[in-house]
Amino acid sequence: MTALAPGSIGLATSDAARQVARRHRVGRAGLAVFQLSTIVGIVVLGALLYNIANEAAGLVAYEHKTDPAAVLPGGRDLAALSAPELAAVLTANLSPGEVATLEREAPLAERSQAELRRLVDERVLETHAAAAWNLTDSVLDRPAIEATVAERHPDADLRLTSWLSPAFVTAPQSGDAEYAGIRTAILGSLWVIVITMAVAVPVGVAAGIYLEEYADHTRWLNRAIQTNISNLAGVPSIIYGMLGLAVFVRALEPLSSGGAFGAADPTTANGRTILSAGLTMALLILPLIIINAQEAIRAVPSSLREASFGLGATRWQTIRHHVLPGALPGILTGTILAMSRAIGETAPLIVVGMSTYITFDPSSPFDKFTTLPGQIYQWTARPQPEFHHIAAAASVVLLVLLVALNASAIYGRNRAQVRY
Amino acid sequence: MTVTTTRLRGVEAAPEADTVPLGRRRRWREDAVEAVLFAAGFVSILTTGAIVVVLGKDALHFFRNPDVSLVDFLTGTVWQPQLGKFGLLPLLNATLMVSGIAMVVALPIGLSIAVYLSEYATPAVRNRLKPTLEILAGVPTVIYGYFALTFVTPILRWALGARTVDIYNVLSAGLVVGILVIPLVASMSEDALQAVPRALREAAYGLGATRLETSLQVVVPSALSGIAAAFMLAMSRAIGETMVVAIAAGAGPRLTANPLRSAETMTGYISRISGGDLSYNSVDYDSIFAIGLALFVITLGLNILSGRIVRRFREVYE
Amino acid sequence: MTVALEAGPRARTARNGANPPMGGDNVLEARALHVYYGAFRAIENVTLPIARNRITAFIGPSGCGKSTMLRAFNRMNDLVPTARVEGDIVYRGQSIYAPGVDPVEVRRHIGMVFQKPNPFPKSIYDNVAWGARINGFRGTRRELDDLVEAALVQAALWDEVHDKLDQSGLSLSGGQQQRLCIARAIAVKPDVILMDEPCSALDPIATLRIEDLMQQLKERYTILIVTHNMQQAARASDYTAFFNMGDRRQGYLVEFGPTPELFTNPKDPRTEDYITGRFG
Repeated sequence: MTALAPGSIGLATSDAARQVARRHRVGRAGLAVFQLSTIVGIVVLGALLYNIANEAAGLVAYEHKTDPAAVLPGGRDLAALSAPELAAVLTANLSPGEVATLEREAPLAERSQAELRRLVDERVLETHAAAAWNLTDSVLDRPAIEATVAERHPDADLRLTSWLSPAFVTAPQSGDAEYAGIRTAILGSLWVIVITMAVAVPVGVAAGIYLEEYADHTRWLNRAIQTNISNLAGVPSIIYGMLGLAVFVRALEPLSSGGAFGAADPTTANGRTILSAGLTMALLILPLIIINAQEAIRAVPSSLREASFGLGATRWQTIRHHVLPGALPGILTGTILAMSRAIGETAPLIVVGMSTYITFDPSSPFDKFTTLPGQIYQWTARPQPEFHHIAAAASVVLLVLLVALNASAIYGRNRAQVRY
Repeated sequence: MTVTTTRLRGVEAAPEADTVPLGRRRRWREDAVEAVLFAAGFVSILTTGAIVVVLGKDALHFFRNPDVSLVDFLTGTVWQPQLGKFGLLPLLNATLMVSGIAMVVALPIGLSIAVYLSEYATPAVRNRLKPTLEILAGVPTVIYGYFALTFVTPILRWALGARTVDIYNVLSAGLVVGILVIPLVASMSEDALQAVPRALREAAYGLGATRLETSLQVVVPSALSGIAAAFMLAMSRAIGETMVVAIAAGAGPRLTANPLRSAETMTGYISRISGGDLSYNSVDYDSIFAIGLALFVITLGLNILSGRIVRRFREVYE
Repeated sequence: MTVALEAGPRARTARNGANPPMGGDNVLEARALHVYYGAFRAIENVTLPIARNRITAFIGPSGCGKSTMLRAFNRMNDLVPTARVEGDIVYRGQSIYAPGVDPVEVRRHIGMVFQKPNPFPKSIYDNVAWGARINGFRGTRRELDDLVEAALVQAALWDEVHDKLDQSGLSLSGGQQQRLCIARAIAVKPDVILMDEPCSALDPIATLRIEDLMQQLKERYTILIVTHNMQQAARASDYTAFFNMGDRRQGYLVEFGPTPELFTNPKDPRTEDYITGRFG
């Protein structure tokens, strides 16, 4: 055996120093790799957000079927006209029947200037986008774009446009990208999510209570339920869609179409309704809600349960008065997170059968529907580039909604933590 | 003990009676509550049962079709339902290519982020980075699909030439699915690294190891099973991902090894077929359930394996 | 008088008990009790009478099963799924482990105070009133106020909290919290109070207050106390039971008797070793 003297591991001191220096260099290189990966993650998130913002606004070359100079008073620009002037343009150029319909929806005299301008654009001038550019190109390459427009669309107006506008949020679905909106989709998402949460939250929380407070985990059935829940959480969402298609849409069609309640027109109705979608989504997020509720319940200190039992409380009294109030903030946070997951899901609803084109507001659980992410998908899947721009605009709305939800969940979690 | 108002006025001495009734009151409410809660837990079993029955029944219906044989389904190289050709391979191949590319992206980047967060980052940096990952994990997949089609694909076509890269292609979808599962790989791997006892790191530092040597030669190997579990769960997630491939990978099954071409995955096929107006008694309808069953078996297998590994490595340290 | 191991009194009921310690009568009695957690035997063959309106202390090295023994007296061990009991505990002539017995009823009569003060995250008032409410209190608001006041007075806490009953129980100091937990237990009108190392989380002054309180409470209640502190047992209890741990980590009763006797003239050499500090 070699004797080990301090400072001599078979190397001359200068060699050892050199070796240590080399190892530190390798260490720094390693750190650089780790940091780079982390930066890649951040850059990707940045690119994702940039891409959406970039597509949601930009220069648009508008062409008109009717020459504006011919119909607008004094050849003035559309934006410069006042609301009464615009109303006059509409009455002068539309058929009396069309005007009457508009007046029935809302009197023209009471409509805002922006609303009337949009109507004149759509109905009178029949403006449409001949070409559109993303924001970066619009800012950096404007002269080239102007040259192209002058050459290819000599009559077009070139305007910097945000595809996301108040009108975009409130307008129903339309076949023209310029006039389509996400009102129908937002209402559809709202209906679906209400049904989803109404089913998933009570069932999920109840199951969480059962598994944490009642279930004897030495019994195989309870262990099977627990294992099963974690496996369900990993089942691809599209499989839930197929489950919904086979069970809610097809097997339970009389119920899900509303036919059994006389709520729908039996000749046209089928099971591809808001109710089917909500129930499918409820099954999808049920495992998330259960697992989260279990964690929240487990975090309630057992000393509270003991104190309660020690006073002669029954199990349910203990749960209702001490465990649930203590677990509530955690359950709420998890519920919001599950809700944002359900709002963003698309695949299962495609399988259950979102409508590709509906323009009316859904008004009952037995109506056909589309949802915000579903609308984004359908617009993205279209070849025309204008639809990609409105898909980006809708994505902005969806992301803002989800970030707001998640932020409120995280804020709530940090604030409401009860200290024992 | 029957509590009466008069007896509870103030607190008196303990009851003088020698025996007090301790008999079990029938607590109907308690039993009813437990039954309801159990029923809620049982919904999960029903869900799994329903998935198995639904997929199994219609898949069986599919294989009963005289045009279809199980052998052709598993070995056939062409999926052309109109021509009566039902070979799963083109769809499976596209699925595996997408998830393979995704793993090549997600594993190194996710693991590096995990090592950085667990072994290097200061608490302040961690507290900034983890929410970023959470946001990335919370972005709806349809938006990732949009990102693949309108950002990644144009870059690929610009870099490699529009002739060589299809508008819809496997590579773009695979890269973006990889990005999509990075948060999953990173957070699960970080949990695994954090579970490695501090004493092991201290032992390595005590021998004069640098931070990198400690991380890569001591901590990561100790957490390997947890990292493997993360990898498998991420793989299962990538295989089941639908929106990105439906948007960016293309429609139409094609057996190809070239990731720059378009090819339809299993999930892409299911969503395309079921999205249209589908008649319930067609072979198309049955075929998506056969594919769904294959998808379910593959992902469930990966999930169970991942869960097993996680449980085993927990036992080692606890 | 010292009761030797396995020669405990076999009283059928407390009143006609054959062998009541110190001439009082027994309200509780463990008979050949074994407690198991799964396959592990935590308590082995304990027979122990508990005298009415006296303080009985359980002492012994840590891990010897004192707390498990205490929790057997109001079936708190039932909450551990793997726990199992052989033998019996008789409360006023009835087995509390008999098939028809409801553990919830048992705990109404045999209350408990825990090692760490554990008030509910509710107001002081609600902490005390809650037990009465869930146990079917049907009186008026005024009567409930009286009950809360009486319980707080008995727990020697009223003077300190009467003007802030709506504040959270968690806002009190540790010693006050523990007295709140005692008031909470009293308000259910129990017969016996089990105290599981009630002073271990408290400072010496708060500890003395709790010990004084116990002396007042024993006029009305029977008290069992687990303590790791021999001085406390010697100061505050009337009877002491010394538990030890066997070679399979099972707890067993070594010696039981009136406190002065056990401390001054222990029968068993192991007891003597323990109380003189020569133990282990």
